[in-house]
Amino acid sequence: MKSAVIVFPASNCDRDIAVALEKITGTKPHMVWHGDSDLPQVDFIALPGGFSYGDYLRSGAMAARSPIVAEVMRRASAGVSVFGICNGFQVLTEAGLLPGALMRNAGLKFICRDVKLRVENAGTRFTNAYAQDQIITLPVAHHDGNYFADEGTLKALEDNGQVVFRYVDENGEASETGNPNGSQHNIAGIINANGNVLGMMPHPERLIEAELGGSDGRALFDSVLNALESA
Amino acid sequence: MIMDGVTQIPDKTAKNEITPEMVAEHGLTTEEYERIVAALGRAPNITELGIYSVMWSEHCSYKSSKVHLKTLPTEAPWVICGPGENAGIIDIGDNQAIIFKMESHNHPSYIEPYQGAATGVGGILRDVFTMGARPIANMNALRFGAPDHPKTKHLVSGVVAGIGGYGNCVGVPTVGGETSFDASYNGNILVNAMTVGLADKDNIFYSAAAGIGNPVIYVGSKTGRDGIHGATMASAEFTEDSEAKRPTVQVGDPFTEKLLIEACLELMASDAIIAIQDMGAAGLTSSSVEMASKGGVGFDLDLDKVPQREEGMTPYEMCLSESQERMLMVLKPGREDFAKGIFEKWGLDFAIIGKITDTGRLTITWRGEIAGDMPIASLVDDAPVYERPFVAGVKQALLKAGDIPAPDDYGDALMKLIGGANLSSRRWVWEQYDHMVMADTVARPGGDAAVVRIHGSEKGLAMSTDCTPRYCLADAHEGGKQAVAETWRNITAVGAKPLAITDCLNFGNPEKPEIMGQFAEAVAGMGEACRALDYPVVSGNVSLYNETNGTAILPTPAIGGVGVMASIRRMATVPFKRYGDVIILIGESKGHLGASIYLQEVLGRKTPEELGAPPPVDLAAERRNGDFVRPLIEEGLVDTCHDLSDGGLIVALAEMAMASKAGGIGAEIDAGFISPSLAVPLHGILFGEDQGRYLIAVTEEIAADILRRAEAENVPAVQIGATGGDALVIRHEGTEAVKLSVSDMTSAHESWLPTYMSG
Repeated sequence: MKSAVIVFPASNCDRDIAVALEKITGTKPHMVWHGDSDLPQVDFIALPGGFSYGDYLRSGAMAARSPIVAEVMRRASAGVSVFGICNGFQVLTEAGLLPGALMRNAGLKFICRDVKLRVENAGTRFTNAYAQDQIITLPVAHHDGNYFADEGTLKALEDNGQVVFRYVDENGEASETGNPNGSQHNIAGIINANGNVLGMMPHPERLIEAELGGSDGRALFDSVLNALESA
Repeated sequence: MIMDGVTQIPDKTAKNEITPEMVAEHGLTTEEYERIVAALGRAPNITELGIYSVMWSEHCSYKSSKVHLKTLPTEAPWVICGPGENAGIIDIGDNQAIIFKMESHNHPSYIEPYQGAATGVGGILRDVFTMGARPIANMNALRFGAPDHPKTKHLVSGVVAGIGGYGNCVGVPTVGGETSFDASYNGNILVNAMTVGLADKDNIFYSAAAGIGNPVIYVGSKTGRDGIHGATMASAEFTEDSEAKRPTVQVGDPFTEKLLIEACLELMASDAIIAIQDMGAAGLTSSSVEMASKGGVGFDLDLDKVPQREEGMTPYEMCLSESQERMLMVLKPGREDFAKGIFEKWGLDFAIIGKITDTGRLTITWRGEIAGDMPIASLVDDAPVYERPFVAGVKQALLKAGDIPAPDDYGDALMKLIGGANLSSRRWVWEQYDHMVMADTVARPGGDAAVVRIHGSEKGLAMSTDCTPRYCLADAHEGGKQAVAETWRNITAVGAKPLAITDCLNFGNPEKPEIMGQFAEAVAGMGEACRALDYPVVSGNVSLYNETNGTAILPTPAIGGVGVMASIRRMATVPFKRYGDVIILIGESKGHLGASIYLQEVLGRKTPEELGAPPPVDLAAERRNGDFVRPLIEEGLVDTCHDLSDGGLIVALAEMAMASKAGGIGAEIDAGFISPSLAVPLHGILFGEDQGRYLIAVTEEIAADILRRAEAENVPAVQIGATGGDALVIRHEGTEAVKLSVSDMTSAHESWLPTYMSG
């Protein structure tokens, strides 16, 4: 699988996603600098976590207007898989590739911990290696992960199966106690209507081996490989 | 100068005479001023006075502490670079070096907690990456005032957010530390930040400037008027009006720091750099003086070339600004354009601001005129060194456990400790720090030592910060020993070999003989422990004058220890992992309750006399016990280990149960393991803080083997019970002295800090 990782000046999970991609797919990704406007021909584009341009304005707002993201948008509309984690998810919403916005956490504090998620749609190219409704553990690490969209958008997301991951509690319920940041409908990750752009706040690349505390993130990358092989 | 809460900036044209008031406002004594006049052969101008005042400040010159610091051991076969550079360096094999240091940012954090703490993190990061290391972990040691003091909540909230705000953005995980509360810090909180970095052993950078005529380069952020006189502020006591010193606090920009890290590391991969140094306290002044001094050369600086954020800055302001995220370097001639390209790519300023000379002087020009001209040697070597008078501390009496009241209820006493200000869970703090970025954190915060994997290998790096200030107050010598020993023990408890320490020595006003006595004794105790444990000091920092209106903080020599393990696959952690494991206590228990947290928080004792002598640290036993435990972990026999510290045996057991997953694995213990001939009462057994002890939990088969080995090696080890059930049960003489469910303990342990902070 050929992949690319977009590197903004203050991306800080670019190495983490690159390590995960190489470990799981066997191929090193292309690291693409934010100032470039060319992207190599790839099957998969990752927008990593971090603080893109410092995020002193709304998180991801400036990155969404960078030259490279214009090219990412063209690839996305051509059907290439685009995956945004954390800051990458914020960039995707700011760029309009995904609906809604990520606001300041309801608790107003940065939060870094493992959370439980339910796989709400195991039929996507990013989640086919998970079981439908599987409960998985992944870490979050963000200040602005509180997902917001208007009622109509939320209804469309729910109706079309575009909510891919939802925060749940110990009992697997999408309750308030299971919601770390105040996101509407406990939304942790969504996919676009075409099914090729996924954004999520939790970090699958941080839990891909037992030594790091778990490997529930691995199946996401396996899914992308599966989808590519069967395509 | 700080007058009426406003930073008054002297006029650049001030050719007027330096008055005694100006000398005093710069924190210099009359004698010190006379030394300046003698060094220059004339009176200084205002810019020169400002430069001398920061270079000779306590913060930069260590004038009160130097004579004592010299006694610390700083060498070992694995030490590459000890104190004196930006950070200490140790060899961890495979051509890899670990570069680390801890530094205080106490005074600014009290005045402006968010920015003070944030820039503390930024400063210590620069000290480490300036030597060629990629920072791979941040740690911290935080001390706040009493929880019911009106400012404490605000300070905790601001400091934690500031540390997170900076560290999270630069993408270095904050993996551990300690946070505690005591009324002595009401007017002077302590914010000690530590950074640990990884470098190639053959690609380390130092600060000694060399090569007459070589260009001096300024990179990073522009210079503004922030932080002028920060170093001088950090060298004086606080009074009621200290909050008027807010203009002396710097403002951090972690985005620029991230760019600076990447740009510097990119340039360091080439051979273009001769010397490099961050601009920390006293900014451009101290960095250029230190680089020139180490290289035995002079510097000509043209201030008009310095990138400036504001117009109309005077030489005085530019030389003393502590604007953040700036570095100074000397490049090989001809490599300027290459280097400039890298900094431009990262969007950072790059300016050639001067050159190296053979004059041995720091010569500053501004608008075509000489604005200052001083011999470098006088700025560094002529700085006064004081052998301040000191008196030995009063040694508190040894208290016998039998003379100390037992609690009304052992379980209630335990709940009070684990659900109280000082031993409750710090989750509220460390969940605000990204402790997993870089995807190598294998032991997260909350354990004995944090462990990060050395990227791309199986090796692990263990780190711990520790100090028990109430021990230091009771006996600074034993307290100094204990702080060093506790980091060594914490690092051992995860299975790593402790290699070296950094220190952050926080004390009151050194001009008071009793405070200087605390300092001298603590340093002597630290040195004794370092020598006994082969655990040298490779870097550090001193923060004095932590006093408000004449009241000093508890003596707080915070220690940051670092160790290495060969494989993270054989690492021990705190939680109980299996039902039916045998629990073994290693080390000797005498029931020492003096200066214990039991006396302080359960019995409510406050004065040093009431608290008595702290537990003695038998360094030979410490080493023997640790050297027994470590191989058990390295051999894969032990995966569950916890050191005993505050609160003794019962708190350690509770912590191991509370950390276990799946509803909580309890334990049942019989307190009859201490020989009845010692006549130690139950509260001494449970809450005594005897040093050099560990708890391990292993299967029955392994336990038998370990007990045999302990006997053969003369290490005290005794089976005290087993894991099981969902409660902590302590039996004593046939009765059930304690029975507490793990879930009840957990909810008390986890709720104190969040409840306090939301209240």
